[in-house]
Amino acid sequence: MELRTEDLTVEIDGKALVADLRLDAVSGQVLGLVGPNGSGKSTALRCIYRALKPSRGVVRIGGADLTDLPLRESAQRIAALTQQGEADFDFTVDEVVALGRTPHKHGNQPLTAAERELCRTAMAQMDVLHLADRGILGLSGGERQRVLVARALVQQPEILVLDEPTNHLDIRHQIELLGYLRGCGRTVIVVLHDLNLASAVCDHIAVLAGGRLVTHGTPTKVLTRELIVEVFGVEAVIVRHPLSGDPQILFALDGMPSSTPTSAPTPARLV
Amino acid sequence: MAVSTKAASVPSVQASRPARRRGSRAATAGLILGLSVCLIGSVFVAIGLGSAVVPPADTVRYLWASVTGGTIPADEVTRYQIIWQIRTPRVLLAAIVGAGLAVVGAAIQALVRNSLADPYILGVSSGASVGAVTVSLFGVLSTLGIYAVSVGAFAGALVATALVYLIAYGRVGVTPLRLVLTGVALSFGFQAVMSVMIYFTPTSESTSTVLFWTMGSFGAATWGSLPVVVAIVIAGIVVLRRFSRPLDVMALGDETAASLGVDSVRVRRGLFVVTAVMTGAMVAVSGTIGFVGLVIPHITRILIGAPHARLLVIAPFLGAILMVWVDLISRTLVAPRELPLGVLTALIGVPVFIMLMRRKGYVFGGR
Repeated sequence: MELRTEDLTVEIDGKALVADLRLDAVSGQVLGLVGPNGSGKSTALRCIYRALKPSRGVVRIGGADLTDLPLRESAQRIAALTQQGEADFDFTVDEVVALGRTPHKHGNQPLTAAERELCRTAMAQMDVLHLADRGILGLSGGERQRVLVARALVQQPEILVLDEPTNHLDIRHQIELLGYLRGCGRTVIVVLHDLNLASAVCDHIAVLAGGRLVTHGTPTKVLTRELIVEVFGVEAVIVRHPLSGDPQILFALDGMPSSTPTSAPTPARLV
Repeated sequence: MAVSTKAASVPSVQASRPARRRGSRAATAGLILGLSVCLIGSVFVAIGLGSAVVPPADTVRYLWASVTGGTIPADEVTRYQIIWQIRTPRVLLAAIVGAGLAVVGAAIQALVRNSLADPYILGVSSGASVGAVTVSLFGVLSTLGIYAVSVGAFAGALVATALVYLIAYGRVGVTPLRLVLTGVALSFGFQAVMSVMIYFTPTSESTSTVLFWTMGSFGAATWGSLPVVVAIVIAGIVVLRRFSRPLDVMALGDETAASLGVDSVRVRRGLFVVTAVMTGAMVAVSGTIGFVGLVIPHITRILIGAPHARLLVIAPFLGAILMVWVDLISRTLVAPRELPLGVLTALIGVPVFIMLMRRKGYVFGGR
């Protein structure tokens, strides 16, 4: 299922958080959204999982305007890992994951045996099965994050929307999660701050700044030194991953020393 | 900062929290059966006890005679009337109000995602008091006779809730925090209005009316007013229970709710109407009884977990049982005077609550 936003605009108090944004998520591929804080990534995602109504523009899935679908039906197709995943009451991990079936159930129908199995599989995939009976408020941030991903998976969506899914995750779980996303066959739209992980996992990257699309394309095309200076305002060195060939970005805390062999352009040349 | 990996399944500080037993349907059914027996027993005991103690055998005989239309010897008519005309409606009212407050409290806490919320958070109680005092001081609605004050209280409760909702309504709809803050602010406003009315008409009647509404009592229970409250509360419980899953989802936040296909703004608005009508009906006949609606939901969550499908079934039993005993104590401890119900709910509820909280490591709204 492909997803596309057309002229997506979100204005709050006259200020455009997202302006004329056009995103194309190809069916079965991973689209990464990168950009500095406040560039409108999460706002765009919130329109996609319908926590926010855009001021203008449409979100289409498979050609259909999302607002023509009941909330319940779009939730059967689009699952989201949101940034505000906090609970105030101590549901168990098992109970939280089971709530992922909400858009597929009517009223208080209990889960079927097959759905229970689906929940167990998702928990096993996210390595939280051993936590099934624990309360979510007692989990670490990373454990909780994995529980919420498991909940999104049991929604059995065609499109998976994830807002910084690697937050709080240790490196092993980051790699496992992103590896899973790349191989799951679903359309994935993911916000990532780690450009190297984005480079490794995304088929396509869209770069946002100030609510607008700066550029998009394959990681190799997009993740250039010039772009990183322009969008993030930091100096970087791009190298090739020795195994995968993906672009990898190296930073230095004090900026790049001028003696760096890979060339040290003056800022004036970059802008 | 501790990094969790698979190896973290070695016991850690967090693992000291006991795993909660998953509530199977059979276990829940057993619990409901046990609580039903306990509730019926409590009601029966409470009907028999009071400033005039009636032996259980006689209590049964009087109740049986009332239900089946039997006869009572002339010398027992007074005791019969105490049992059937005074105590039975009073105890039943206590049970239904306890059940209703527990359910409304649980639902409101999920709707506004606030562990400190209770049925009166949206200005219902102070609005009801203003309505009741207005009626008793100015004699409006006098065509309704003895029900005028209750109707006034009910109307006041609904007006207050509507006001809170409208004022809280903002650009992004009604957010939980705006509702809570507006409710708290308007409650102070209503209390001020009430104080002013009392201040300028300091009659003993107005003072006792206010005392009744702020402290709560089942002393005004009659067979005439009981059916309306029972019908409203039970219908409300059934409706809220049907929304268990949306309530679960909304307890996880509006963002999550949207991504799971739940229109939280619409559900919240609809269920607020339900809870306002329920609370208004209860306040109108029993005044404001604090603590039950705040604490019983938490006690129930500690015992059986947070999902509303179970919570909204078990909480009313616990609320009803607590209320029946609280009412019994309030009218027997310093008979013939009555202790305010709010005092007793706190005296009983607080220790139980603290004990449970400390034992199970219950987490209130995050760490």
